[in-house]
Amino acid sequence: MATIEFSEEQTMLMETAVDFCRKHSPIDRVRAQIDQPEGIDPSVWQEMIDLGWLGITVPEQYGGLGLTLADAVPIAENMGRYLMGSPFVATTLASQAIIANGSDAQKELWLPQIAEGSAASMALTEEDGSWILTEVGSHAQLQGEELVLTAKKCFVLDASQAAVFVLSANIDGVARLISIASDQLPEGALTRETVIDETRRSYTLEVDCLRLPSDQLLPGTDFASIEQSALLLLTAEMSGGLSGVLHVIIDYLTTRKQFDQYIGSYQSLKHPTVQILLSLEACRSHLYRATTCFAQGDEKETEAAVRMAKAQGSEAFAFAGDRAVQFHGGFGFTYECDAQLFLRRALWCQYQFGDAAYHRNLLAPLLLD
Amino acid sequence: MSIAQAEVAEFEEQADRWFAENKPGNPGFILPETFMEVGTDQQFEFLRNWQQKVYENGYVGMSWPKEFGGHGMDQVFQDIATKAMAKHRVPFLPNTIGLNWAGPLILAMGSEEEKSKYIKGILSAEDIWCQGFSEPDHGSDLGSAQCKAVKDGDEYVINGSKIWTSLGSYAKYMILIARTSTDGPNKYAGLSFFLAPMQAQGIEPRPIKKLTGEYGFCQTFFNDARIPASCMMGKEGEGWKVAMATLMFERGAAGGQAGGLAMMDLSIDDIVELARRAKRNGKPAIDDPYVREQLVDLITESKGNSYMAARSKVSGLATDWPDAVSMSGKLRSSELKRRMCQFAISLQGANGARYVSSDAVDGGLWQRSYLNAFSGTIGGGTSQIQHNIIGERVLGLPKG
Repeated sequence: MATIEFSEEQTMLMETAVDFCRKHSPIDRVRAQIDQPEGIDPSVWQEMIDLGWLGITVPEQYGGLGLTLADAVPIAENMGRYLMGSPFVATTLASQAIIANGSDAQKELWLPQIAEGSAASMALTEEDGSWILTEVGSHAQLQGEELVLTAKKCFVLDASQAAVFVLSANIDGVARLISIASDQLPEGALTRETVIDETRRSYTLEVDCLRLPSDQLLPGTDFASIEQSALLLLTAEMSGGLSGVLHVIIDYLTTRKQFDQYIGSYQSLKHPTVQILLSLEACRSHLYRATTCFAQGDEKETEAAVRMAKAQGSEAFAFAGDRAVQFHGGFGFTYECDAQLFLRRALWCQYQFGDAAYHRNLLAPLLLD
Repeated sequence: MSIAQAEVAEFEEQADRWFAENKPGNPGFILPETFMEVGTDQQFEFLRNWQQKVYENGYVGMSWPKEFGGHGMDQVFQDIATKAMAKHRVPFLPNTIGLNWAGPLILAMGSEEEKSKYIKGILSAEDIWCQGFSEPDHGSDLGSAQCKAVKDGDEYVINGSKIWTSLGSYAKYMILIARTSTDGPNKYAGLSFFLAPMQAQGIEPRPIKKLTGEYGFCQTFFNDARIPASCMMGKEGEGWKVAMATLMFERGAAGGQAGGLAMMDLSIDDIVELARRAKRNGKPAIDDPYVREQLVDLITESKGNSYMAARSKVSGLATDWPDAVSMSGKLRSSELKRRMCQFAISLQGANGARYVSSDAVDGGLWQRSYLNAFSGTIGGGTSQIQHNIIGERVLGLPKG
């Protein structure tokens, strides 16, 4: 019997995150932040650092809290609920990648810095938009004590804030991971991308024959765990986002009148809104089932659980965002209407790290054969 | 009350063994999948005997009070026994309305006298129960019920009719909602609730032929039928309140049911297994990429439902609409079942067009199940009404 567990630590982090995100990310702040260079106000980011959130999954020996990715889920979920941008997710994924794949020296170099508040990011996806993390065109050669890297990476989140990147590149036909400090990047290596979710700060990272010390090559190549971690946190953001967009819909359906009736009394709007509610219930259930698998270290179950969660959540959130715009009628067509913020967030989440069809395809052998 | 793990484990083993050893063999005729599908005396007798045997061996009503015929044990034991029934795929317990709706209602709201009178017969299947809520002109709109009950001395005289009375021909009692007044402040105020005997002059259950071609329920006619006034549950005019409490049990939103298997549940594993056997264009259906994607989608939905049940036990993980999971149980499971049956038929190529016969895949079980699946999406309030209820009561959307 599949269980869902929720620890005391998770409960406490959830409570803190609910209050924090509600306080610091009301919708007018989200909108104001869109025009700022960074995805988050520096003072709010500092508060997140002070709360120790960047070190949640960092082992205690490196100055972190020594918890698992399961404990970061309530935070990511509430950031999604309030459309909060920040390098939290990117940093957590990068530190996870270093923990799982890095050498002791690499861990000693980067993890304490991250735990103390340095942002980090992953550079995985490329121009062709492929979701297969082990098939990369960026490449590096080992030349004596040096790595010579030529890479073009896309969707590198919060790159302008990151102190370190974990980048994937093909070395002798095998996908490997390389750590790069931000001050090693030449001028002009980072270019801001125009992405559909305006709360995100996404960059292209491009280098040509960049020479790096070869000890920046990570010994591990566990791309599966990188993917699963990314899927888990993305689904957390989607679960929160679904809850947020449902509130937006209900607010409008219970205040807007047409033909002397609140529009929420019309079944053509009421019934799909109930479907959105039930899809949220399913999304949150899949999310915390997958989270439980992570916490229990159940590798066999984790892959299927997290892919199901991402597949279901992607479709549910995109449907909810789409209907939220439609249900606002003429107002929904304007930039002023908050529904578009959620729809754009949903599209971002859907197309990062595999959409529903992609994951269902990979789930088939896991579930059927 | 804390229960020793060892005791639980021992009971688990005992229940598992009992159902393995006592599972009835093939009766030689098709068994119905739910109480709504019991169409012949043969089917009924078979299922009633089975429930009686299960009760006599102590595997139903385990958490109901001992003094009324239950076993006074912790709910955990009943849950284990129910799980064992599902695991061994034994027949369901046919007195569904008694075990799951009327019984818990009587235990929650009834007098001591009513409990003594009714509870044991519900468990043993000696007294079969049916439900008189829907009327021909008022299906989902229960509040508009027109069947009349007029007081005459120490009796009520009932006139009108009720429809979709499952087990109507076999029932000894009916939970009946009838109109005792038309002058109340609203339509709900004039309704009253009865635990009515079915064997009374003027009550005639007439079987209705279903879309499957089988019989499974009745239209029950009341023609100056006299029932004792003492049958009323609650006071005159409180019928709506009692009916709503009943529906909370029916929809699984309130606990206290006697337990036991209420239907032969179709599981997604059955569909996957069919997809391995069934052929589409000469190849196993499960090799078809489109079929695979659909199967994964159905598995995801089915697991989502079971994870919802698991998550609802963790209060810290409720959403902002904490009643959503419990209020949507019937809607989610009945709609999923209907779609699983549709999909199962789609796996059969041209044979999807067959019906119950020896040439059909699995004897036409899937086609029949699909047609019967509408009993779930229509009975107990249509899926469309369920959307209204959830929209209004859970999300707070305005009534239409």
